[in-house]
Amino acid sequence: MGHPQSAGRFLRDEVRARRHDQSLWWVRQQRDAAARRVPDWEALRERAEAIKAHTASRLGDYLEEFERHATARGARVHWARDGEEHNRIVHGLLAERGARRLVKSKSMLTEECGLNPYLEARGIEVTDTDLGERIVQLDGRHPSHIVMPAIHMTREAIGELFHRTIGTEPGLTDPKALTEAARQHLRQKLLAAEAGLTGVNFAIAETGGLVVVTNEGNADMGTALPPLHIAAMGIEKVIPRFEDLGVFLRLLARSATGQALSTYTSHFHGPRPGGELHIVIVDAGRTGLLGADGFRRALQCIRCGACLNTCPVYRRSGGHSYTWVVPGPIGSVLAPSRDVVAHQTLPFASSLCGSCSDVCPVRIDLHDLLLRWRQEIVSRRVVPFGRRAAMRVASLVLRSTSLYERVGRLVRWGMRVLPRRWVAACSLGWARQREWPVPPRESFRELYRRTNGRP
Amino acid sequence: MGAREDILSAVRAAGVPACEHPGAAGLGVECDDLAARFAEMLSAAGGVCVRVPDLATADRALREAPAYRQARCVASLVPGVGVGTIDPARVGDPHDLAGLDLCVVPAELGVAENGAVWIDGRRLPHRALIVICEHLAVVVEAPTLVADLHQAYARLEPGGGFGLFLAGPSKTADIEQSLVIGAQGARSCLVLLVG
Repeated sequence: MGHPQSAGRFLRDEVRARRHDQSLWWVRQQRDAAARRVPDWEALRERAEAIKAHTASRLGDYLEEFERHATARGARVHWARDGEEHNRIVHGLLAERGARRLVKSKSMLTEECGLNPYLEARGIEVTDTDLGERIVQLDGRHPSHIVMPAIHMTREAIGELFHRTIGTEPGLTDPKALTEAARQHLRQKLLAAEAGLTGVNFAIAETGGLVVVTNEGNADMGTALPPLHIAAMGIEKVIPRFEDLGVFLRLLARSATGQALSTYTSHFHGPRPGGELHIVIVDAGRTGLLGADGFRRALQCIRCGACLNTCPVYRRSGGHSYTWVVPGPIGSVLAPSRDVVAHQTLPFASSLCGSCSDVCPVRIDLHDLLLRWRQEIVSRRVVPFGRRAAMRVASLVLRSTSLYERVGRLVRWGMRVLPRRWVAACSLGWARQREWPVPPRESFRELYRRTNGRP
Repeated sequence: MGAREDILSAVRAAGVPACEHPGAAGLGVECDDLAARFAEMLSAAGGVCVRVPDLATADRALREAPAYRQARCVASLVPGVGVGTIDPARVGDPHDLAGLDLCVVPAELGVAENGAVWIDGRRLPHRALIVICEHLAVVVEAPTLVADLHQAYARLEPGGGFGLFLAGPSKTADIEQSLVIGAQGARSCLVLLVG
């Protein structure tokens, strides 16, 4: 099912759809307020963009430098070409140590790789420890937002889910009480874990260190208790220098939630005493994107989610309407590079208003990239025949003055005399929630000719 | 070829045009009253900042805090501030720290623009202390305050072991964007700003 059909389903629950839209718009406003308090905001964005562009130009060197320094600090570095290889490495690490209970903090990469089902099929209990991720995990779904995974659910639905899965009393809807119940539930899981897995926000080539950001403290809990810490990162997470963190961290939380900084910004350099740190560096299609001149900039993304929060289409259609694990504008740019046929509807799930590009902390020109994908999709003939034929006809009509005039007259006449239902049916859904305007008697050209002679 | 070589050669074959690293100079904010700004931003992050002239007063301020008065199991890593009922350095397994009501930790510096403090993991017997305690008290010297993160990173040793910026107590807004303090980590964060 493509984005339009899934979005239509999401919108059937009007109350939820409205709350979804309002919640995200509120986050967008928080972001605006936070950004306005930073006088050098635009300079920061430009700097972040330039650092990412530089890093991409020497990514091979920085990855090697990162590996060298991380290894010197006692971490083990693994490389995975794709999700399958990544999953195999993680499972191998757990199996070698006989670990059966894994706690995870937020990692969109492991969602992308399908790690949870892979491990569960091999007898390992996986617990997502971010509250939002735990909610969607208990619900048997995927995050619908990269920063707020359960934003698509109402508090009532979460209360019902907790009642069913972790035994809270029925009818609990207070976010505070629900969070407290999850805290107790997750603390048991964290204390019983034999291994902890985290994503990576930044990997520092200069020091071999990793930075992991959370608000809940779940990454710190999950890595400070069990002896084994596995960190999974895409190749694009590496940054050159320790001091570069100042630039990215000043942008990240403000863009994501409007906080000046997330609560826990943890810097891991090597394993903790007596423990192990394994870092899995994953390609999974990223080198392909790096080689694509037009789309390379999408790899600059620091996963703040600002483009989702601001996108009028995302806010009104929900993350599950997208056919890829990363939804919203950035996901719609990334997904077609993996499979253009499967994700062909995503670049069209945008009004091209450009708001995503305006808020992006690393200045990815998202709406331009979406337009570029549309051109690719049309030129590769992925678009269904009906739409291609319609475009061909439109192109023919718009190129010829006389044809355009004649068709215009025909349409104006048709709209006046044909039954309204027929007209609506011809409009490809446009008139589903709108009234057609009353067509004018004559076109501007005819009016001009009548009053001024020939143009 | 192995995965490492495959990936690195694909990265190098991508032909990304070269461009320079722009450096970190010329960014940052100015701030006249670092302590006031720090306290304001910490409060926005859900924490509480109390200014005290010296460690003895810090100790008194801590003893007045409800989190301390109600605490039965306390660990203090700052001599003279609070009285520890356990010595975390003598705890072998961090799991045994579960049930810790309050932990007092030292911070190396504070950042005015976001209310965060830098905690150096090398001064903690266990990393878990930061998150496993129900309540957290942080002692930081006022002269260590800096205006922004650029200044903070310039003062930190690049790659000096484990460390973290901590901005207020643990929190989440994962249920309908409604902010709840006390998700997985500490339920409150009191920062004692000394001097």
